[in-house]
Amino acid sequence: MSTTTATSAAPKAQTRAASGKRNKLISEIIVNVTLALVCLIWTIPTIGLLVSSFRTRDDIISSGWWTIFPHQAFEEVERIDLGRETPLDQPITVLGQQVTDQQLRDGITLADGRQAQWYSRIQRIVSLQAQVWTTNTSFTLENYQNVLTGQQYTYTLADGTERTEQGNDMSGSFLNSLTVAIPATIIPILIAAFAAYGFAWMRFPGRGLLFAIVVALLVVPLQIALIPILRDYTSLQINGTFLALWLAHTGFGLPLATYLLYNYIAELPREIFESAFIDGATPFTVFTRLVLPLSVPALASFAIFQFLWVWNDYLVGLIFIGSTPNTQLLTMRLAEMVGSRGQDWHLLTAGAFISMLLPLIVFFSLQRFFVRGLLAGSVKDKRFNRKDAKYAMALGSGTACCAAPEGHCNVFGLPHTPRRRRYYNHRAPLRLPVRFKKKLW
Amino acid sequence: MRPSTQLERQATPASTAAVDPIKLLIGVAGLGATLAIMWLGFDFLRNSTLPKVVTALVAIIWGVGGVAALFYTANLVVEQTPDTVRRVLQPLIFVGPALFMLGWFLFLPTLRTGYMSLFQASTFDQSQWTFVGLGNYLEVFTQRTMLTAFRNNVLWMVFGTAGCVVSGLLIAVLADRSRFESLAKALIFLPMAISFVGASVIWRFIYYYAPPGESQIGLLNAMVTGLGFQPQAWTTLLQPWNNFFLILIMIWLQTGFAMVIFSSAIKAIPSDVIEAARVDGATEVQSFFNITIPSIQGTILTVTTTIIIFSLKIFDVVLVMTGGQYDTQVIATQFYREFFTNRNFGYGAASRDRALAGCLAGDCL
Repeated sequence: MSTTTATSAAPKAQTRAASGKRNKLISEIIVNVTLALVCLIWTIPTIGLLVSSFRTRDDIISSGWWTIFPHQAFEEVERIDLGRETPLDQPITVLGQQVTDQQLRDGITLADGRQAQWYSRIQRIVSLQAQVWTTNTSFTLENYQNVLTGQQYTYTLADGTERTEQGNDMSGSFLNSLTVAIPATIIPILIAAFAAYGFAWMRFPGRGLLFAIVVALLVVPLQIALIPILRDYTSLQINGTFLALWLAHTGFGLPLATYLLYNYIAELPREIFESAFIDGATPFTVFTRLVLPLSVPALASFAIFQFLWVWNDYLVGLIFIGSTPNTQLLTMRLAEMVGSRGQDWHLLTAGAFISMLLPLIVFFSLQRFFVRGLLAGSVKDKRFNRKDAKYAMALGSGTACCAAPEGHCNVFGLPHTPRRRRYYNHRAPLRLPVRFKKKLW
Repeated sequence: MRPSTQLERQATPASTAAVDPIKLLIGVAGLGATLAIMWLGFDFLRNSTLPKVVTALVAIIWGVGGVAALFYTANLVVEQTPDTVRRVLQPLIFVGPALFMLGWFLFLPTLRTGYMSLFQASTFDQSQWTFVGLGNYLEVFTQRTMLTAFRNNVLWMVFGTAGCVVSGLLIAVLADRSRFESLAKALIFLPMAISFVGASVIWRFIYYYAPPGESQIGLLNAMVTGLGFQPQAWTTLLQPWNNFFLILIMIWLQTGFAMVIFSSAIKAIPSDVIEAARVDGATEVQSFFNITIPSIQGTILTVTTTIIIFSLKIFDVVLVMTGGQYDTQVIATQFYREFFTNRNFGYGAASRDRALAGCLAGDCL
């Protein structure tokens, strides 16, 4: 009995294992193919834009951008001169086939599969087209030149007429966007880092309430502030200046910056502060020499956020810069182009790509920090690695924090000591109840 | 023994060291100089005729350096004051600027907008406002265009959020088991770096409509005509479905956000739980619904909330794609129109308040 079970079970297990293996293989193929398909769908819009921005004006209007890939299309193989006197009101004979004038205007497929169409109706020349494999690969950098320049430029239309157009001065807008984005990234970080340190490690009346208000302001949509701020700006006469935008972006970015940096700075080990204060450091020195370098990962995360946000912002710029021509930002210029030359795809695509260039570079080079910043509030892990910190302190700079390998960040925060010693006017960080923290994200 | 003496010395550093009037003077002078330089710099930049690159560079240094210098000099002054004063002032230097900016740019405006929404106001001059009580709100809730805007906001909220969350979750699960996870994630995540205006140009190009018979250069219409149908003006004439074509843009942009967060939440699920389910004979679909989803419930909730809030604020996409016409307007574009085209500030404020209420409600979920 036992032997029969054994012999019958063995092949069964074998087939089960084999079918399991096959199922696994099939499911793996399905997963990978589906994902590849999704990725393709997700990327096609951007690819289309990029490809189109390098195509000539006439190409874009006459054919889709996907024609740069090999495809079957009708291409002229032969021209037949029927003779100038051929009457158009009677059936016309082309290669022994009777066709009408109207058919030749629309194009007609002949018996041999070729298509016949007027090349020149007046001269009575018929063009014969056959389906061939072809690609549409004439690329140009002219679109970018024309969009970037603030000068006038001329171009020739397909029919030979010349036209002069005003350039879109995207290079000027690019510079404006940079002038807005760099300070509007650094200033809020500086202010927020000071505040985060103050909230985390300093003792003063109303600390808990004030910090709760800061966190509560996270949910206030910035649009609600636009009208009163515009009123203030009008009375201060700083409408249309970069300063107006710096201040606005600083104000709007501060809640998130303070909250994120607080989370990080409050988790720094207390010992490093203790030893610094014992050595007679002031809070300001501790902040600039210890806290800032140690917080580089958090600062970088937020910096990327804020930079992308400011660079991509349209609404705030639209309201506080308005139509001042000299200080137009990239997004505003692009939106204006959509309005004024919505059919000029060769310019729009180039302009759009210029506006995305810097964000994409930032995104690809600093993706790790960006993702970490996203995760900072919602998933509880990888915030502060004590080993990294010690390494950084040993080197005396925060750069090591970035260089240190990621992972196994199980030890963070303060060791729970029953007796909390207080030095100077510093104390242990304020802690939010976990439920409260979670809700915000 | 030594550390404790050091501790004592450090505990009262300023009381032993007398206030140094010279250093204090230097600090005050430095603070004054910084303020003066910042003021002069602003004047200079405003009237600057230098090349744009130079002006930009000066502006950046002026702004960033000015703020840093203010912090530094203010601290210099405070550190020279007697201990009792310093204890009060030092936290103020650290926290004060942030509180001031937040108060000016977010806290007070919220109250001021609420106050303004009670008036019929078409100018900034407060003496010309007439009090209408809740009249603006009444109008906001009864006007047809505004009601359409509300409806559209609800569409954005429901379908946009659902689209982002569902596709983000599916892609996260797929990516977790695929062979090219990081590449796939980077590609899906990439649109997050693109501005709404840029994205709108991308999608305008995809939705581009050419009359039948002409060559379709918009991808969607090319596909539709390739299948033998008539080309459509997707974002304009196809009401109310045009809203969904706009919502698709948001899904394209924001799925990456949901995916990244879901992905890390999925990775945090203990593998032995999934192993155990597999041993017990659970299929992939079963383990997805019975293990993965319950395990990341909290994350799903937070992501949903974040995207709901985000979708209520939607503005740029609609403004660039359709200008808020063809019944695609949302609260934010209506607010913009009332405010800038019709100069109806109180009304704008009221519609904005409605959006805030929505956001707060969304947050309380």
